[in-house]
Amino acid sequence: FFSQIDVHLELEERLAKFMRTEEAIIYSYGFATIASAIPAYSKRGDIVFVDEAACFAIQKGLQASRSNIKLFKHNDMADLERLLKEQETEDQKNPRKARVTRRFIVVEGLYINTGDVCPLPELIKLKYKYKVRIFLEESLSFGVLGEHGRGITEHFGINIDDIDLISANMENSLASIGGFCCGRSFIIDHQRLSGQGYCFSASLPPLLAAAAIEALNIMEDNPDIFQTLRAKCERIHKALQGISGLKVVGESFSPALHLQLEESSGSRENDVKLLKRVVDYCMNSGIALTQARYLEKEEKCLPPPSIRVVITVEQTEQELDKAASLLKEAAQSLLN
Amino acid sequence: QKNGVSNGTLYKKTFIEHFEQAPMYVAVLTFLGFGVGTVFGYLRDFMRAWGLEKRNIAAEREQQKDFVPLYQDFENFYTRNLYMRIRDNWNRPICSVPGPQFDLMERVTDDYNWTFRFTGRTIKNVINMGSYNYLGFAETDVNALKTVTIELEKYGTGICSTRQEMGTLDKHVELEKLVAKFLGVEDAMVFGMGFATNSMNIPALVGKGCLILSDELNHTSLVLGARLSGATIRIFKHNNMQNLEKLLRDAIIYGQPRSRRAWRKIIILVEGIYSMEGSIVRLPELVSLKKKYKAYLYLDEAHSIGAVGATGRGVVEYFGMSPDDVDVLMGTFTKSFGAAGGYIAGKKDLVDFLRTHSHSAVYATSMCPPVAEQIIRAMKCLMGLDGTTQG
Repeated sequence: FFSQIDVHLELEERLAKFMRTEEAIIYSYGFATIASAIPAYSKRGDIVFVDEAACFAIQKGLQASRSNIKLFKHNDMADLERLLKEQETEDQKNPRKARVTRRFIVVEGLYINTGDVCPLPELIKLKYKYKVRIFLEESLSFGVLGEHGRGITEHFGINIDDIDLISANMENSLASIGGFCCGRSFIIDHQRLSGQGYCFSASLPPLLAAAAIEALNIMEDNPDIFQTLRAKCERIHKALQGISGLKVVGESFSPALHLQLEESSGSRENDVKLLKRVVDYCMNSGIALTQARYLEKEEKCLPPPSIRVVITVEQTEQELDKAASLLKEAAQSLLN
Repeated sequence: QKNGVSNGTLYKKTFIEHFEQAPMYVAVLTFLGFGVGTVFGYLRDFMRAWGLEKRNIAAEREQQKDFVPLYQDFENFYTRNLYMRIRDNWNRPICSVPGPQFDLMERVTDDYNWTFRFTGRTIKNVINMGSYNYLGFAETDVNALKTVTIELEKYGTGICSTRQEMGTLDKHVELEKLVAKFLGVEDAMVFGMGFATNSMNIPALVGKGCLILSDELNHTSLVLGARLSGATIRIFKHNNMQNLEKLLRDAIIYGQPRSRRAWRKIIILVEGIYSMEGSIVRLPELVSLKKKYKAYLYLDEAHSIGAVGATGRGVVEYFGMSPDDVDVLMGTFTKSFGAAGGYIAGKKDLVDFLRTHSHSAVYATSMCPPVAEQIIRAMKCLMGLDGTTQG
């Protein structure tokens, strides 16, 4: 009610045009975006197939939707196909019910918890074979993957209409607050009335909407920053290989990598303490790192403790090399 | 500075609230109207199915026609037939700050509200009686926003991290101290969004084996937080203390439904001012009930903070009670402070627990610095710390 300002409309139009979809809808908080989008479509009795390494916001969205959740192993298409086949045999026993249960697959473009990318072409094939809809969460890959930063669909060269809903938050690449969902009008319009985080909450402050528009302008005007970012990511990925005691988890073009202990000491607490010492050592020498934080009791599949290394396009190559050598020193002195 | 007299003793005035009962003929005619709308809706659906009338809404893709339909027919019945007729009353975009007067974008429809077209003109100086701008802090006066612009140039807009990882700035610490001082409690914690404050902290405070007693007319964020927590939820009639007392007695006597063990925690969720009805919570009776039966009280002051009470401290001050009586004070900065975000305040142990266990602290981004500065400035003005007597 009177909280939609022309800046919001402009941002929605720009996002829809940038992602080449029909419509986009803006939320005022990144966490709430996916946590309100999923329950708007998937209700009690529907079936959702979700990856094990999905982030916490997706888990909360699924919990709020009360649907049946089936987890498949991370990036394992064979496991997913097995689950889909099981579902198909169940459907044949009860065709009337099967005609009204909706089926969804929820995946992330670049997983925040592991840093690798989902195999989207195979997912599209599975989609048409078993008639499930795909919801893609692009928080980390928006503005990173693809030639123009459009995300994983551009990276793999897939028609964007094949994905039913793309949801992303603007807090990573666009340096603003909030999130958006984009897709066809048929799907997005439904959220205007039934997305809880949209209807029942205040909208984004115009300051942040304008900041997001400006960030989009920068992204559209300089498409070569994506190449630079990818080069820097590969550089640091290579530089961090071969550190004794720590292994790098994540794709070479992912800007957020994890460094996990090669051999865990058995208890999570000790691992966390050890990694904390590495982080403190680096912090005292001028490199700020952080451990990846999780709520240990609430996560469905808790990832092992790790240090998160994040790269931006503004860091110079000397700084990256310095960071890598410092990490090597820290690991050698503390972990051996 | 105080604007009025605050009660030092227990609120002694009798509680009078007027709720007009709708006269009978109005109720009957409303239902008749809905009935006629429904009949016409079925008629039009029938005509659309047989192709006698155009389908105006967006349709499913050709390749996906044999998928299970995304929306069931009946779910969208209301949207298609009844809501579409009156849709032009909602979601009207504005193009200026929502002050006492504002500018509306002119919007016309060519095909009976199915699509809208902006003519590009704006209707100026429309009197605003719909925005939650209670204290007028949503303004664009350059002098007032001086500190905010300084912060914007110093910090930028994005935080890009969560509270527990890299997202705690000195601005957040300053803001939390100020909020705690404003409310008169030990400590406070701020979050990026008001809705998310409720839905992410209630699951952290209660879990399975606890009992939540929530008012009938609670906001969706409280309901969502209660559902996500996994505790048992019981609803009591709106502002009806006898009903609440009966529920409390039953809960303590009978315990958990199947095992008959005692409940681990009993928490009462109420709001300061209810946005849909406009009624105020009966706080004195509630606090005496809570003390008698040893339950916890969670007060959501989204609408009442800053607006109610002699110095704007909310319902607690309006009734002359001390903030220590309420266990969890929650509120949002969207309404009276002209910013965005929420806070939870209370004893230090509670806030320290939330700093480690709240879902928002671990996974969701923190508040953005210019917004935090706007709240600091508004709060200082209210507390009189900026030297003026505007507060």
